Amino acid sequence: MSAMTVGLSAMVEDLLGTPPFSMEDGAKRAYYAHALSELTLHHSERSPEYRRIACLLGYRSGDELGMEEVPFIPARLFKEYELRSVERSEITKTMTSSGTTGQAVSKIYLDRMTATNQTKVLVKIVSSFTGSKRLPLLIVDSPAVIKDRALFSARGAGILGFSMLGYDPTYLLDENYKIDFARLDAFLEKHRGSRILLFGFTFVIWEHLCQTLVRVGRQLQVDGILIHGGGWKKLASLAVDNPTFKRVITETCGMSSVYNYYGMAEQTGSIFMECEHGVLHASIYSDVIVRDPVTFSSLGSGRVGLLQLVSLLPTSYPGHSILTEDLGEILGVDDCPCGRKGRYFRVLGRVKNAEVRGCSDVHASH
Amino acid sequence: MCMLPTDGGLIYVMGEPERFSTLPLLPFDGAARGFLEQLSARMMADAATRTMPDVMSFAWWCRKTNIERLAKIYDSAELRIGRGLAFHVTPTNVPVNFAFSWAFSLLAGNANVVRLPNRDYPQISFIVGHIAALMGEEAFAELRLMNAFVAYEHQEKITEAFSAIADARIVWGGDATIQAIRKSPLPARGVDVCFADRTSLCVLGAARILELKREALEQLASSFYNDAYIMDQNACSSPRLVIWLGSEAETEEAGMRLWKAVRAQVERRYELAEVASVDKFTQACRDAIELNCVTEMRRGDNRIYRLRLNALTGETANRRCGSGYFYEYATERLDDLAAVVTSQVQTLTYFGVPREELASFVQQNRVRGIDRIVPVGEAMDIGLTWDGYDLIRTLSRICDIH
Repeated sequence: MSAMTVGLSAMVEDLLGTPPFSMEDGAKRAYYAHALSELTLHHSERSPEYRRIACLLGYRSGDELGMEEVPFIPARLFKEYELRSVERSEITKTMTSSGTTGQAVSKIYLDRMTATNQTKVLVKIVSSFTGSKRLPLLIVDSPAVIKDRALFSARGAGILGFSMLGYDPTYLLDENYKIDFARLDAFLEKHRGSRILLFGFTFVIWEHLCQTLVRVGRQLQVDGILIHGGGWKKLASLAVDNPTFKRVITETCGMSSVYNYYGMAEQTGSIFMECEHGVLHASIYSDVIVRDPVTFSSLGSGRVGLLQLVSLLPTSYPGHSILTEDLGEILGVDDCPCGRKGRYFRVLGRVKNAEVRGCSDVHASH
Repeated sequence: MCMLPTDGGLIYVMGEPERFSTLPLLPFDGAARGFLEQLSARMMADAATRTMPDVMSFAWWCRKTNIERLAKIYDSAELRIGRGLAFHVTPTNVPVNFAFSWAFSLLAGNANVVRLPNRDYPQISFIVGHIAALMGEEAFAELRLMNAFVAYEHQEKITEAFSAIADARIVWGGDATIQAIRKSPLPARGVDVCFADRTSLCVLGAARILELKREALEQLASSFYNDAYIMDQNACSSPRLVIWLGSEAETEEAGMRLWKAVRAQVERRYELAEVASVDKFTQACRDAIELNCVTEMRRGDNRIYRLRLNALTGETANRRCGSGYFYEYATERLDDLAAVVTSQVQTLTYFGVPREELASFVQQNRVRGIDRIVPVGEAMDIGLTWDGYDLIRTLSRICDIH
């Protein structure tokens, strides 16, 4: 590990002692300008592909950049290139994004340090919602997802990460994605009187938990907290939005503490959490910038644009500053009634695939 | 009289499958000419035409004087006759292309089955509506039996049935579509006319652009905009590579002048889709990684991307992105261009360069590409000679008499 890499590691270590939603925007921007400049230098020195992109975008080695001037790269590139900033021998895990069937998957190369930081930061962020006491964990998924370690998916990574947050991790679904009611009843019985942590992916929860309970006509009375993420794309096509989701969870599981999170496989760990007021918050480990689609200039509160996500965690691959294909808007800074500092925002969904004109037919591109 | 296929999922938007005539006509037959002339007159008289520029250009192309002019060009002593039945597979994303494809083949003397795009473009129902109404008239009774417009979802069985009886098959839509359609065999004597994926370029004489008065410059910028942006730079004939001819100082200054004027057009006329701005940015990143000849990227914003090349090589010839993404190269020697003129190159648009010089470039370098050389502004003007084919002669046969 070079001196610089140690420095980057220390950056995350330092923050682990700070409450995750405690930094005001002004201080954070100054901090991030420096931290992201360091990361940009780190990656441009180690990833030849990243160096060539940064160079074309006008970056010169050693530039001290403002937070908004830090170059970003499109998320799609991780599907097309092997982007890494460490030797192949240092890679301990290659994570793949779940990706829609039939499409290319992102490949994220993790070394020990990045993987460890992802887990630590995830625990830090989520436990600020669930409390520092570990709760019994019910995973709304099938153990099939993590069985094959060679296929280390972002979904599997999420499950393993959340497993650190609770004890007695128990899978709700069997290998065929059916609720194992015997296991569920045993779990609830065993932890009667204790709050329970439920974790899962939004569409899995909707399809395999909510819909099944509705179908079999069963209503659970769970005293606990549900944390879910993974995107709304599938549910949007079913016209299920966040309020509907919450209502149905309350109706079927008897819980009202339901928190969505937003994040991407390319920045696993530093997720954005929804607060009690229904907005997403950037923690001290990451931030969000909204870009005008036409000019790429940074937009202030209330203006919709493409979301750029920055994170301090990625050191083994150049994913510290990524342009997503999601649209969103910043709703405010430092003043959410929930008390969390920093930027808060909402995501409006994926950009539409345009109807491209031209004489060559479009065959399921993108 | 013959029967056309009827099948679940196959819709005849116009035409009678039970009695269809594939008896060919002579090229520029009086009935076909008369039909197009009247079609043009009717569409021009319909106020809705004015709201659809692409329909307008089709209506304008069919006008009497144009058809008469074309008939004269093809007037010769040789005896030609249509091939019989032409089956058209038209592209999904250019609404009026089907109409041109049909009109060309009609003038060549063929009966036609035209597969329409599977999208609800208003242009399609508008044009087919006018054609159907006019076909109802007594004078066109024979033509009515010779033409059908059909719609169906991708179904190989239907494509196979039409291909099996086609004397000519006209396939638009690029390489992937051609490959899919070619799985269905034609009769032994059937002719395929396939419009593959192509790319195009633009050659600009810097000195001439520096001389332009403001109005002429704006005119040129508007023409360039039409070539490049109207089809989101995705048409085969949209320029993707811009070659500047002149000294370094001249090309630099002329570039600044023209791009500034193009920017004004783009800002006023072009709506960049959000996904296109991600696509273009992603393409720039790919180019940074993969191409050694990219030296610089200039983009005021995401509507115009300009990537400077320091060499012209085959690897840049096939790269495409669309929505206003240009590769640029400056040189004093037109012959440098030969390196990128692969068989993929279709159209060369030009300004400020003598046409003879371009013709002699093609001759002397014996290039495998460039099927059209037209002034800037005419890239989209489709005609009877397209993609290197003479469509009247390809879609008709010759009866050799001695």
